[in-house]
Amino acid sequence: MDRDPTVCVMGEDVGHYGGSYKVTKGLATKYGDLRVLDTPIAENSFTGMGIGAAMTGLRPIVEGMNMGFLLLAYNQISNNCGMLHYTSGGQFKIPIVIRGPGGVGRQLGAEHSQRLESYFQSIPGLQMVACSTPYNAKGLMKAAIRSDNPVVLFEHVLLYNLKERIPDEEYVLCLEEAEMVRPGEHVTILTYSRMRYHVMQAAKTLVNKGYDPEVIDIRSLKPFDLYTIGNSIKKTHRVLIVEECMRTGGIGASLRAAIIDNFWDYLDAPVMCLSSQDVPTPYAGTLEEWTVVQPAQIVTAVEQICK
Amino acid sequence: MAMLSRLASRSSHLGRTLLLPRSLCCSTGGRHFASSAGDEGPTFTVETSVPFVGHRCEPPSREVETTAKELMGFFRDMSLMRRMEIAADALYKAKLIRGFCHLYDGQEAVAVGMEAAITRKDAIITAYRDHCIFLSRGGNLVETFAELMGRRAGCSNGKGGSMHFYKKEGGFFGGHGIVGAQVPLGCGLAFAQKYLREETVTFAMYGDGAANQGQLFEALNISALWDLPAILICENNHYGMGTAEWRAAKSPAYYKRGDYVPGLKVDGMDAFAVKQACKFAKEHALKNGPIILEMDTYRYHGHSMSDPGSTYRTRDEISNVRQERDPIERVRKLILLHDLASVAELKDIEKEIRKEVDNAIAEAKESPLPDPSELFTDIFVKGCGTEVYGVERKENKILI
Repeated sequence: MDRDPTVCVMGEDVGHYGGSYKVTKGLATKYGDLRVLDTPIAENSFTGMGIGAAMTGLRPIVEGMNMGFLLLAYNQISNNCGMLHYTSGGQFKIPIVIRGPGGVGRQLGAEHSQRLESYFQSIPGLQMVACSTPYNAKGLMKAAIRSDNPVVLFEHVLLYNLKERIPDEEYVLCLEEAEMVRPGEHVTILTYSRMRYHVMQAAKTLVNKGYDPEVIDIRSLKPFDLYTIGNSIKKTHRVLIVEECMRTGGIGASLRAAIIDNFWDYLDAPVMCLSSQDVPTPYAGTLEEWTVVQPAQIVTAVEQICK
Repeated sequence: MAMLSRLASRSSHLGRTLLLPRSLCCSTGGRHFASSAGDEGPTFTVETSVPFVGHRCEPPSREVETTAKELMGFFRDMSLMRRMEIAADALYKAKLIRGFCHLYDGQEAVAVGMEAAITRKDAIITAYRDHCIFLSRGGNLVETFAELMGRRAGCSNGKGGSMHFYKKEGGFFGGHGIVGAQVPLGCGLAFAQKYLREETVTFAMYGDGAANQGQLFEALNISALWDLPAILICENNHYGMGTAEWRAAKSPAYYKRGDYVPGLKVDGMDAFAVKQACKFAKEHALKNGPIILEMDTYRYHGHSMSDPGSTYRTRDEISNVRQERDPIERVRKLILLHDLASVAELKDIEKEIRKEVDNAIAEAKESPLPDPSELFTDIFVKGCGTEVYGVERKENKILI
């Protein structure tokens, strides 16, 4: 926001309150009410307003207090955000960033535990990225703001408290690149966001059992970085996808299809995908735990693939 | 929310480069918008058909200043719009235009009156009944017809269609298919104008059908809260597709629906009333934030070409409006009254316009259909190294 005066932030409680997850803390005092805007609870219209502002050249960052609330703005995101560049014959670009926390939290209930990446993935013209560490959160956010295309940045409710040492110098990551978390030889495990941590936990167990998993955080949910993913598959010949989306119509489903389409000849085992159950997220703690993929299931899956 | 203007001074410089100034002449290959700069001719005052009715504001005077040039310009421009829409009707029936086609004939006074009150730096955004607004913002006939027929020379390269006309240099932001969605966009444009300190306004247009959309009230609330220079224009043609306004709205007094936002009811068939109201609204919006203008207007065609327009209203009603309130006839009478042209001269202008439209159609027909590669262009802004990608980070190679 220092570098570029056209960058502004819009959302509920992002200004004076500092953000419901403190992401925008301190910004309102520094940049004022015109650049850090507290909106009323009106997702449909303030997302639309952000898109309208982007049409003139401003770079708004629209926050959904919880990604699930952006379902109310679906029409604006799909038709106006994603498609305006195309339907105007290239006249208008929409350099907007739509961000917010999503995913399954700690007993937040069904309506506050949504994974919107599965709904938004078919919108043409939209780019989607998911951050998972403080390092890639900063880099991807900067890249998203600087991009001339509309980017949806998926954060996760449970990852805000992570602490990590990050470089003082400026850095910007590539929006379309995946991140190699742990190189390995036996199996490619593709994951993103919070499931990365479950995978890494499972990886510890797997290493003790003698396996050598390669873990890739795909980061870019649309488009997939099939270059990095492909190189990995060509090496290991076995793929496991671990995601938080529901089984039906999630990111894993599309990724599986893309892998089968492009790398069929390199596969020695069926592509396995571990996803959340196709249920509304229950409130009770144990039930909620069974909704999402746990490290033990990941270990079992790898053992099965590598048999 | 009182301190809304703490912004670095560099932003106003940025503002001038972001929303480029427009010339009053429209794009190449097109006609001049007739009521633009030039030798004005004698000035005189015209009285609007009915007085304005205000809601929470003092309505402007019924007396409108105009010039001979402006009056002749109104006649010419409205006749051109009328002829264009009728030609589009014929093209649709000849199956050269497909899909949805929403015609504006009857409502021309709104487009023309509004344009007379503002500059190209002010922004206009509307819904799908956008052909004539596109024209008034600097679009030319060839790109209009080419777009309607899905040809390469169209203003959106043939990829938008009737509901997606845009003219960036003319300050025209479309052209939107989903009812009501353009209103928050319009308030966003107004926000940007305020952010960049441009001293310009946005006219966000919608119909009586869209007036019941929730997002409209949401956007109005935010605009009023943040003092945005947004002017909401309700083009009330009394029918939301097949549903009359009294069957859709508990309160069809759309200019009052803003509650805390002032409003004005305007005779939308009178170009001078529209001009006066828009001038008033612009001054108001720059000082006091949003205002609603309800334009009482009428469409002769049905909602779109798929709607005969006669199942929910009588032919008598349509012909009555045509006889008593037609915007072009009103201007014609004024011209004859003030002796600016003879009946024959006006007929000549109409003949000329007919020819102009026919020529444009012929030229548009020559334009080829888009190349298959166009399917994949302009999905993303270039610079990512690819034209388009679906689920894969490489160019989509599909054999067509």
